[in-house]
Amino acid sequence: MTVALSGKKVAAQIEEKFPGSVVESSEGSLVIKGESLLAVAAFLRDTPELGFDYLNYITAVDYYSHFEIVYQLTSLGHNHTMMFKTRCYRRESPVMPSVVGLWQGADFQEREIYDLMGIKFEGHPNMKRIFLWEGFEGYPLRKDYLS
Amino acid sequence: MTTTEMALKTEPFVLNIGPVHPSTHGVYRMRVTLDGEVVLDMEPVFGYLHRGVEKLAEERSYTGFIPLTDRLDYIASMSNNLAYCLAVERLAGVKVPERAEYIRVIMAELQRLANHCIVVGAFFNDCGAYFTPFMYLFREREKILDLFDMVCGQRLTYNYMRIGGLSQDIPDEFLPALKKFLPQMKRFVDEYECFIKQNEILLARAKGVGILSRETAINCGISGPVARASGIKWDLRKADPYSIYDRFEFDIPFGEAGDCYDRYRVRMEEIKQSLRILEQAARQIPPGPVKTEVPHLIRPPAGEAYAHIESPKGELGFYLVSDNSIAPYRCHVRPPSLINLTALREMVRGWKVADLIIIFGSIDITMGEVDR
Amino acid sequence: MAINDVIHHLPMTATPPDWPGGYWWHWLFFTVVLIGFVLAMVMGAIYIERRVLGRMQSRLGPNRTGPFGLLQVVADGIKLLLKENIVPSNADKVVHVLAPVVALVPAMMIFAVVPFQDGALLADLNIGILYIVAISSISTVGVFMAGWGSNSKYSLLGAMRNIAAVVSYEIPMVLAIVGVVLVAGSLSMNDIVLAQNIPFILLQPLGFLIFFTAGCAEINRSPFDLMEADSEIVAGFHTEYSGMRFVIFYMAEYTEAIAISAIITTLFLGGWRGPLLPPWLWFIIKVIIVFFLMVWTRTTLPRVRIDQLMALAWKFLLPLALVNLFITAVQVLVWPDGLPWLMVVINIAIMVILILIWSKLFKLGWGRVEV
Repeated sequence: MTVALSGKKVAAQIEEKFPGSVVESSEGSLVIKGESLLAVAAFLRDTPELGFDYLNYITAVDYYSHFEIVYQLTSLGHNHTMMFKTRCYRRESPVMPSVVGLWQGADFQEREIYDLMGIKFEGHPNMKRIFLWEGFEGYPLRKDYLS
Repeated sequence: MTTTEMALKTEPFVLNIGPVHPSTHGVYRMRVTLDGEVVLDMEPVFGYLHRGVEKLAEERSYTGFIPLTDRLDYIASMSNNLAYCLAVERLAGVKVPERAEYIRVIMAELQRLANHCIVVGAFFNDCGAYFTPFMYLFREREKILDLFDMVCGQRLTYNYMRIGGLSQDIPDEFLPALKKFLPQMKRFVDEYECFIKQNEILLARAKGVGILSRETAINCGISGPVARASGIKWDLRKADPYSIYDRFEFDIPFGEAGDCYDRYRVRMEEIKQSLRILEQAARQIPPGPVKTEVPHLIRPPAGEAYAHIESPKGELGFYLVSDNSIAPYRCHVRPPSLINLTALREMVRGWKVADLIIIFGSIDITMGEVDR
Repeated sequence: MAINDVIHHLPMTATPPDWPGGYWWHWLFFTVVLIGFVLAMVMGAIYIERRVLGRMQSRLGPNRTGPFGLLQVVADGIKLLLKENIVPSNADKVVHVLAPVVALVPAMMIFAVVPFQDGALLADLNIGILYIVAISSISTVGVFMAGWGSNSKYSLLGAMRNIAAVVSYEIPMVLAIVGVVLVAGSLSMNDIVLAQNIPFILLQPLGFLIFFTAGCAEINRSPFDLMEADSEIVAGFHTEYSGMRFVIFYMAEYTEAIAISAIITTLFLGGWRGPLLPPWLWFIIKVIIVFFLMVWTRTTLPRVRIDQLMALAWKFLLPLALVNLFITAVQVLVWPDGLPWLMVVINIAIMVILILIWSKLFKLGWGRVEV
């Protein structure tokens, strides 16, 4: 049975290594600052006890005041999983760091988030729209699209 | 041998294996850079079937979204229904009656059989066995579709599961028909393996072709038969059992080499294991209600939930965010087909055009899921 | 004349030799009869293929148009004739239009030297089999014209594959033929049939297998149909053809299939020889049997890749054909007259041993190329 790690416990571990990077944490998930995202993600992947080598998915949610990018990680060896998020407060051309260097599976998913939500990921080798055609105006999955 | 050592000067050219093609399993387009017959690079182009399903989810009620989930992976609709209903039930804290759980498992496993029938048949079609294995598998798939027709009146997009259970109970003639079908399928699969498992030409075409290493597979987030063929012993039915899968005895087949031949073998073995599960479920199914009473316009409490299942293509998951209204605030589908395609470029470089088609066919994608 | 005589000698005695009044008219008449016969056989072949393919795939095959679906081919022909002729805009028009003709005509010309009965050929050349080998390669020029003239990358890929395959498989095919010629002692098709007191399939089993395989590759039939691989390059060299020109390519494919069947019948199965039935009926039956064998392999086997195809020709069939030729030559020189049944047993044993040994040593094509 896959154990969902407690967000608070993982947050405590992350705080030790990278003080100040955790914004808030709850049982189910934790929120990390955008600037320390790459460092924390690398820590989560490379630490042997956590060992999150498998990225389930990346997605983005539009909460009007900010975007929240949700990551779900799983460790195949230890059979535990966790969810972490990061927030982006800019609405005009938001930019976040890309985790493609750590988990290659983020490739198409980050392009999808850019296509539908407008969040650019720097460090991504091929930041182009994926479903909609080049030249499409707007980002359809945002809450204020055509409403 | 490397292409740079060739004595003749050749120029690479770009071939567009377009959205309309007899073998791209839907409207998938790739722009392939070829040097003669050797593939140097491949760039996938998606979006021909993008219907904005995730945006549509925000306009429809939770129950009204179920028919849309059918059309995501249209070849394996029951699995989509199941994943979505599990996500909403986790969000809303709804418990599903026993009988409904058993029937859901039966439907999901029958759907796995039907899906693998198409995939293995299409794989052989790509190999060039001119429709013969395809037709034999379709003959069996017809029987499965007849069973589904008996239950919900539909052959392809079922809309059968509901939040809290199923839309209706199975008719009386379903279980006898299922029990008659299972030994037929078992015999057929054994006969089928005799025909084609050791075929020289198939071994030459598929063994060692399109190898996906274990590390790349884990890094890319590959799931399903593709991952298991590369040696990753990860099946959500055993690793993170959902519904009542922990009550059944079955094995997880996996391969070692990660080539096209292993993926085909893993799928054939999965068919046999699904038959085992079906036998056990058909024996153990209890009587009772099939749906918990939930309001039609259900309003789950504010929060988020992620539920995933082992669909025939891989890990299919739904991430739902609710704000206590009748429609989801955000619904994200974790598409196994799209994520499995991440590794395609690496798998294909250096092989020939003929292998490109076979490797692509062995990953088993459905564009409805890739594009949503 | 008794009915028996008439039926048995129908092709010979239907008309007197100089009817209707001159050598050239006589020749023209029989050419037209022959072309008509070939087209009828092609239509029959298409029908047989579709029904047999269907039954082997546990489905029915066409059975609606006409009794037992016999008119399906006619319906298809009419449909294709009524379709619009689309020519790609940047195509080389002359080459594009001429290609089907160049592909079809040599296939039909093969039938000029195929004997339907003792002495009943359109042209009794004494170099019959050499003529066949020579003109059968011209079809490839037609295919390449089609691939080039369509101005499409798919077509060019298909045409390139086709040329590579045809050129490679010519050699084992010709070597298998030479084996038969050595045993028969003549290049003339009629003499080869007359020399077959025992069908040469028994005296030259390895030659038969090599010829059958090489023949299937020459005419783009499964398992070597990668030149028009449906699932890869749409339709290969005839992707951009529609309407009447597509009909001609389609017919050219089946004409070549029937032509190879006719050659196999003449060289290996004893042509028109057989008891009881009229000879031309025996010929047709044997052609249909060989064609059925081709349909059978099409239904059963997947397709090989281009480098595997080339490896099969050069590294597997060619050495076997050379060894076969050598052994045949030794047998003809040392035992020119007799012991044919002993030869049969020896040859079959040699074939089995050679194939088993060679297939263990043979590696089918390259793997991945480093890019």
